[in-house]
Amino acid sequence: MTVESMIGQWRSHRAAAAALLFCALLTPPVKHVLEASMTAQMLLQMPLLVCVGWLLRRAPPERFLSITAAWNHGGIAGLVLASVAAAVWMLPRSLDAAVALPWAAVAKYLSVPLLIGVPLAVSWPRAGFIVRGVFLVEFVATSYRVGWLYLSWPERLCSNYLLGDQQRLGEYLVLIGAALCAAIGCKLLWGRFDSGRV
Amino acid sequence: MPVLRALLASLALLLAGAAAFSAATDGFRAFTTESARRIAAREHPADIPDITLQTQSGERIHLADFRGKWLLVDFIYTRCLTYCSALGGEFAQLQERLAAPLAQGRAQLLSISFDPAHDTPAELAAYRQRFRDPGSGWLAARPVTTGGLGRLERAFGITVIPDGLGGYTHNAAVHVVDPRGRLVAIVGMNDPEAAVRALPRSLER
Repeated sequence: MTVESMIGQWRSHRAAAAALLFCALLTPPVKHVLEASMTAQMLLQMPLLVCVGWLLRRAPPERFLSITAAWNHGGIAGLVLASVAAAVWMLPRSLDAAVALPWAAVAKYLSVPLLIGVPLAVSWPRAGFIVRGVFLVEFVATSYRVGWLYLSWPERLCSNYLLGDQQRLGEYLVLIGAALCAAIGCKLLWGRFDSGRV
Repeated sequence: MPVLRALLASLALLLAGAAAFSAATDGFRAFTTESARRIAAREHPADIPDITLQTQSGERIHLADFRGKWLLVDFIYTRCLTYCSALGGEFAQLQERLAAPLAQGRAQLLSISFDPAHDTPAELAAYRQRFRDPGSGWLAARPVTTGGLGRLERAFGITVIPDGLGGYTHNAAVHVVDPRGRLVAIVGMNDPEAAVRALPRSLER
């Protein structure tokens, strides 16, 4: 089997992989474990739901993709959509509600793949150097901002999670910001840039 | 103009995002569940359910029995050494501050345990003894059924989670219920004056 045919086969199986991952995330034991701590919900469950959307990027009908593409020059609109949807799910109140209220859980399981994962996957390849740069710097800044808030806030921000959990999540977010910052630095210093459209 | 279309779409998405954010935060006011339930109590007072409780003396009472009085409620468990001691201290202060209306039966302090399996009347009485007990006006009680406890927690917006050390972590606040049996205010811990301010001025005279 050639590498190309393996990749082709993987592509055709992407929707199936997305469905499998989504169902796995829905099973009560997995859901319970990933929602038992604030850290796991924000740094494992939400990213995995984004992955479901990422795997589904070819799933929308061709017509829909071509219409949205006309409004998504440089991937800007899609990255804006992913950012505002992510901002809502970063609120302590949303993390709380997603655990405590069934309607909020449904909203999370649908909106994180469809409003963050899919637009991100569709828009990222269209984004040029500057758009990617702005998005990444904003991502780093948000990790630091939210991380610092969780780390330094003296009280619990979520009714369903403990203070120690909140502070650990804050530490991880700051570390993620730092690691991403270092990665961007390396890319700028030694990386190759093949995309220069914007 | 693809660029213009992308900017228009982005602007529309930003506005929609701002609207969603505003809806998720009660108009950029409540970023946490705790502040949301305080705003909800203030702006949309809801009836509290009529639950049967057992007091520290073993007597059975109903929440509806307190209709006609201003009721100040906190939620505790007697093994708690942190929040509940602070709340107990605050109730002890309120007992002095509100001595007159408490004595006249126009106000009532009520500590409800969310750990009814452990907090028997004897434990509740011991909890009350931990704070100077100048007499009436402050009851400690436990719900008689777990269903009743669940309804109480939902109505008041109380979330209790294990703290990993054998105890619990929970919202610590004073809940003000008006004489019609509606939850009208939730005020923070360590500020007895805030609880007094939530009561009508006429009560102190």
